[in-house]
Amino acid sequence: MSSTADVVVLGAGIVGAACARECAARGLKTLVVDSGFVGCGATAAGMGHIVVMDDSSAQLALTRYAQQLWLALSPELPPEVEFEPCGTLWVADDAEEMEEVRRKHALYASAGIGSEILDAHALAEAEPQLRRPLAGALLVPSDAVLYPPAAAAFLMRAAMQAGALLLAPQKVLSAEKGCVRLASGEELHAARIVNACGAESVALLPELPIRKRKGHLVITDRYPGFIRRQLVELGYLRSAHAVAADSVAFNVQPRRTGQVLIGSSREFGAEDATIHRALLGAMVARAQQYLPRLADLHAIRVWTGFRAATPDKLPLIGPWPKDDSLFLATGHEGLGITTSLATAKLLVALLLGEDPPIPAEPYLPARFLSGSAQEDGVFAHAPEQSHA
Amino acid sequence: MPETVRPLVLSVNGAPIAVQPGTTVAAAVLMAGAATRISIAGEPRAPLCGMGICFECRVTIDGVPHQRSCQILCRSGMQIDTGSSKAGEDYASWRRA
Repeated sequence: MSSTADVVVLGAGIVGAACARECAARGLKTLVVDSGFVGCGATAAGMGHIVVMDDSSAQLALTRYAQQLWLALSPELPPEVEFEPCGTLWVADDAEEMEEVRRKHALYASAGIGSEILDAHALAEAEPQLRRPLAGALLVPSDAVLYPPAAAAFLMRAAMQAGALLLAPQKVLSAEKGCVRLASGEELHAARIVNACGAESVALLPELPIRKRKGHLVITDRYPGFIRRQLVELGYLRSAHAVAADSVAFNVQPRRTGQVLIGSSREFGAEDATIHRALLGAMVARAQQYLPRLADLHAIRVWTGFRAATPDKLPLIGPWPKDDSLFLATGHEGLGITTSLATAKLLVALLLGEDPPIPAEPYLPARFLSGSAQEDGVFAHAPEQSHA
Repeated sequence: MPETVRPLVLSVNGAPIAVQPGTTVAAAVLMAGAATRISIAGEPRAPLCGMGICFECRVTIDGVPHQRSCQILCRSGMQIDTGSSKAGEDYASWRRA
């Protein structure tokens, strides 16, 4: 049995769903294949923080563009997506981190992103549960949170309303040279195949420079008003080049339900989803250093997920030079929820040979085929980032 | 004539109620005619298992939320608040909107 389409999107996480929606909206006959169900991978495991990040100018450009797309889409998002424009507070522990607050403030201003510097007093007023004293914080009001699996489901419904078809659960055996072979025996033929399988992308293309980076999250019972903004520490700077592969950072989010979502951890080399108790303990202890009364809250669930990490912390978006039919939309590490919509716009522009809405070069997969990327070495020296 | 036991006086949602020593907070809440909590969908809930497993009996006691009322005995002067999940109510009305 075989089917034909203009595009086959592999993976129905938030990135695949966004790509499918964009393809279908442009009139392309689109098939989507997932081994599980919509949003069942990293999409369901992540925090859902729509955040502008500035580890590099390319990351800033992509997250800034993506955030604008989310804000534009937000009036259409159904209630279950729980879109909440609560903003981010980047919390500074000391004078050195306040320098970083000012640097970030100036950089965001130059990129047209509004932000506000809070001193110690203003921060204590804004978030009374934070430990005192802290030096201050940068408030980025345009950041938001949402519930990622519901967002992915919304995007996939939109894709299907525009004519896309979803094949799930269907295991993919291979995807190359315009042909996707399914375990069911079916073959899908398309001029373009988009690998949007996140941390599982390498299963179909082993030479991709993507490694699984495991993370833990904890969610509490409902404590409405405990915190108001997404709170993230700036302290990762000092441990930026730490040798240890495992790290934790304070990154805590208020949910619309009144629940508190607690992160984050980063771990290379862990392949199974088991809870790593020592790392979980370190993560919660880190959060309690900032929010002492977290100790009084009831946690109701702990889980893990796998980010798709690239050596340079930028996603892989665009053609795979070794196969004319193959395009990538993967490797988003902790920013896939934020950058999904921007990834879809870039990908479709590249698929159709149009001018991309922002320069696409920093994200093109070809950058890893220039011969300079010694995978392990690049990974070993990649700076940590605090975001989940 | 049985020895009279001095009742405990506590409050449920601000109203005083007298109970016999040994009464659980869950029983006091039921005597006061209140639900224990409001679910995420806005539904009032009451104790189900009575043995600390189901978490349906959670109330706020002296300002501490999410206490399992079936596992706690009444003390004099306790302030019990039920249906305390304002978030649940807000969330329900917001989902309906």
